[in-house]
Amino acid sequence: MAGIIVDDRPYQVDERENLLQACLSLGFNLPYFCWHPALGSVGACRQCAVKQFRDERDREGRLVMACMTSAADGTRISIEDPEAKTFRASVIEWMMANHPHDCPVCDEGGECHLQDMTVMTGHTYRRYRFTKRTFRNQNLGPFITHEMNRCIQCYRCVRLYRNYAGGRDFDAFGSRNHVYFGRHEDGTLENEFSGNLIEVCPTGVFDDKTLMPHYTRKWDLQTAPSVCAHCSLGCNTIAGERYGTLRRILNRYHSEVNGYFLCDRGRFGYGFVNNERRIRRPIFRSNRHDQTIPMDKDMILRELGSLLADKPSRIIGIGSPRASLESNFALRELVGPERFSLGLSARDAGLNSLILDILRRGPASSASIHDVEQADAVLVLGEDPVNTAPRLALAVRQSVRQQPMQLVDKLDIPRWHDAAVREATHAQPGPLFIAAPHSSWFADIATETYHGAPDDLAALGFAVAHELDHASPTATPSPTIRSLAERIAAALRQAARPVILSGTACKSEAVIQSAANVAWALCKIGTPAKLCYCLPESNSLGLAILGGKNLEDAFSVVKNGAADTVLILENDLYRRADTLSVDTFLKTASKVIILDHLEHDTTAKADVLLPAGTFAESDGTLVNSEGRAQRFYQVFPVEGDIQESWRWIRDLAVASEHPGQSNMAAWNRLDDVVAALANAIPAFQRLAEVAPPETFRIVGQKVPRQTHRFTGRTAMHAPLIMHEPKPVEDADSPLAFSMEGYLGQPPSPLITHYWSPRWNSVQALNKFQSDVGGPLRHEMPGVRLIESSDKRTVTYFSEAPQLFQIRDDGWLILPWYQIFGSEELSARASVMAERIPEPALMLHPEDAATLRFKADEQAEFMLDNKSHRVPVKLNAAVPRGTAALTIVSGFTDAVLPTWSPLIRVPEP
Amino acid sequence: MLKLLKGIWLVFLRAFTRPVTIQYPDEKPYLPPRWRGRIILSRDPDGEERCVGCYLCSVACPVDCIALQATEDEHGRRYPAWFRINFSRCIFCGYCEEACPTYAIQLTTDFEMSEHDRRNLVYEKEDLLISGTGKYPGYNFYRVSGVRIGGKDKGEAEHEAAPVDVRSLMP
Repeated sequence: MAGIIVDDRPYQVDERENLLQACLSLGFNLPYFCWHPALGSVGACRQCAVKQFRDERDREGRLVMACMTSAADGTRISIEDPEAKTFRASVIEWMMANHPHDCPVCDEGGECHLQDMTVMTGHTYRRYRFTKRTFRNQNLGPFITHEMNRCIQCYRCVRLYRNYAGGRDFDAFGSRNHVYFGRHEDGTLENEFSGNLIEVCPTGVFDDKTLMPHYTRKWDLQTAPSVCAHCSLGCNTIAGERYGTLRRILNRYHSEVNGYFLCDRGRFGYGFVNNERRIRRPIFRSNRHDQTIPMDKDMILRELGSLLADKPSRIIGIGSPRASLESNFALRELVGPERFSLGLSARDAGLNSLILDILRRGPASSASIHDVEQADAVLVLGEDPVNTAPRLALAVRQSVRQQPMQLVDKLDIPRWHDAAVREATHAQPGPLFIAAPHSSWFADIATETYHGAPDDLAALGFAVAHELDHASPTATPSPTIRSLAERIAAALRQAARPVILSGTACKSEAVIQSAANVAWALCKIGTPAKLCYCLPESNSLGLAILGGKNLEDAFSVVKNGAADTVLILENDLYRRADTLSVDTFLKTASKVIILDHLEHDTTAKADVLLPAGTFAESDGTLVNSEGRAQRFYQVFPVEGDIQESWRWIRDLAVASEHPGQSNMAAWNRLDDVVAALANAIPAFQRLAEVAPPETFRIVGQKVPRQTHRFTGRTAMHAPLIMHEPKPVEDADSPLAFSMEGYLGQPPSPLITHYWSPRWNSVQALNKFQSDVGGPLRHEMPGVRLIESSDKRTVTYFSEAPQLFQIRDDGWLILPWYQIFGSEELSARASVMAERIPEPALMLHPEDAATLRFKADEQAEFMLDNKSHRVPVKLNAAVPRGTAALTIVSGFTDAVLPTWSPLIRVPEP
Repeated sequence: MLKLLKGIWLVFLRAFTRPVTIQYPDEKPYLPPRWRGRIILSRDPDGEERCVGCYLCSVACPVDCIALQATEDEHGRRYPAWFRINFSRCIFCGYCEEACPTYAIQLTTDFEMSEHDRRNLVYEKEDLLISGTGKYPGYNFYRVSGVRIGGKDKGEAEHEAAPVDVRSLMP
């Protein structure tokens, strides 16, 4: 800690910070533009000027940029000094000389950092009488708008896009007062994190293009804290609604998980909530070829109640890794644990529970995204994080800066001094080893990249573990693998906080086991290594903890006649198993009841459809890949019969007077389900600590979802009902569907939006952190349900696989996940259509030469008992003897990897 | 007694002054132009809608009786897809007019808005939009703002320089 004096009053601050960060942490309103807690200082905008004095006798002082000055002990500054104030006002005046007269038609208006800073410095009138500079805009693709006139040249966008996220197709062009931020030509921004430009840009140059068709100001959005449903990382988001449709997703800061940034899939994938193929009311088909009969809730419950009451033991339930814990648990209670299936094939459920087992056994604990960011050596083993868990890839990109930081410290460069740090470290990124089939995103920063088939990757993992600790088993690896393993082991041995990153992308148990062996070997030699596994879906790990039967068990139960009624919870079975088995299963079952929010292939064959709420229309808990349970909250009340899946299941239990429902009838609030779940399964004992209970109040008030400026209350419903309806009561959370309630800062899981007096933009977040860039005030970071039992003994996995053998009669077809298109829900957002690639099969050029394939020729292969034709692309990253199939538009990973011959289809 | 006589005298004098009451509705009273009566949406001098859907009127409204949805045409011009004022809630304070950055929303001298049914007091955009410029002739927001719309390119607004050629290295 350092003592500094601000305007003649002493304060204690962290001496590793710069003065700007220290002043903001102390609560001062000091204007700034170019500085960002995650990006560091460059001193480009000259906005945060303060007066610095030598000592108490110095009355003159000198102007310094707060962001470029260390908060050293004894620093004496003045923010309120008249000269400093005038300087800051003139900086704004220069910026506003060219800023257009756009605020009414600018999407940033009302949440604009430039507006806030202009008001804060007191600039009101443009004295400059000459013309304004103008720029032409570019079309940057379906996600982001571009309006260059508004730019104030703070360089944040370039620093984020190029330096932080590693994008290459965006830069600063031109010179002097003609500096232009954009691409070299019109075109879609390629980087997977481009959406963060919207929040990082202090004004309206980059805005959310998906918001424009239903544009709403920040103050008019009804917002609730949510958790991203599009991968297993559980990034925190703020989801906003107006007039009954979901309108945008913003980042919600979490110091351990996503920090300041989201990926584009999470930010722009929300459109599925507004999809026209939503199931909005119960549908009943008396037989499957009939027209659908829409029914209301009471009718359908009567119908189903009598159906289920007849044969309680002949019902099976199929859960889902994309449904909340509460919904899955409710289904498990209704049908009984022995008739509850996870809705995953034995292979996929096995991979998830293997990961769970590894994280529980220890000694390596699971790494949060923040841990990965802080890691000083990373080994990626058989995972393609940029496509399966994108935010993690961004964290890995930051990890390569950790080891060179030792040099930075030795040179006595403060870590916030971005330009100097990058100058000192850019030549030697820290150790990052990528061993994966066909992943190329880290090519520019990786120490070494190895492309191999899953078995080879596992062999590499076993070899690395063996190098680190000779007690760990190894197969006989090839010389290439052995020498690479030696180099990886040497780098990992040097590290203080290594992270081994793996996951289910290879669909290989051996790969997952080999990653565990590496981490355990490190732990054994005294390095606190952490393990980070990517799982396929938002609640995959939660479902693994809950436990249940496989999909194959459910198939056989129906096949041998032990059950004939199937209740499917938010699950498209055609994404889980081969078509033939699912077809047979659905045909054999006499009644198929599906609870879901979107129509899909499985709902087309259902007898009964019940409309479930999406993440925006329900509350629930998800367990992310780290084992952290986090609550998401309903954003807006829904009209009609849509309700949470667990409520439907409760209603079914009540309607059928089901014997298994002993206490289900008493489930009126989410907290009741949470309590029942915590009681029933010891692993979820602490589930109630994830977020404040429904009864939580601050000075007797709930936390409002609407801002205090929310508008149109007495006009929006006027054509339907003249009397303003009473706000809908929320029985499930301490949040209210209202603008009334506690306006101060609630505990972190309940933050609905960032706002503070004089801070209307997202930068108001500073006021919500106890230390800018650090944890939030009243932080409740979720509950980590899996902590490794701190065992000294390490039991290695001993089955090192054989090396991959190329076959003459076929190619091993591996899944190639895509950030846009592979995930089920985000692919249904209309805005994604432009970004989802066409299906293709990637082949190594030499393999293609053997087969006489040329690029873009059609290849025919067998998958799921059907032959498919897709164009071939050549890619040297694909391991020899394998082919990679893009998991988009109807192709799923249910039966991959698989062997298939490839046949060249001649051009017609 | 004296007070009583004084009162009678005043009443007597009043009999010789001109009456302030008029025969409304046959006779209309004079209302100053800044009278705050029925709200309208005006058009710019080129005949296009002035409202750009910025939501400032709705946020200024103390009774929250204005609701709208902004949208954009294919050339980038913003306008309200729908615009609704619930006059049964309106208190005619004029804050919306003060907040409007484009002179679109204006209060007029019309106050004769009685209805038997409250629902008839909900005015939609077609009921609000007039064909003229209202109290503020001449002003056209898009001629001042920097965005490009159909018929006005970058650099063609008032006080704007021609767009920068980013590829030029000339000083």
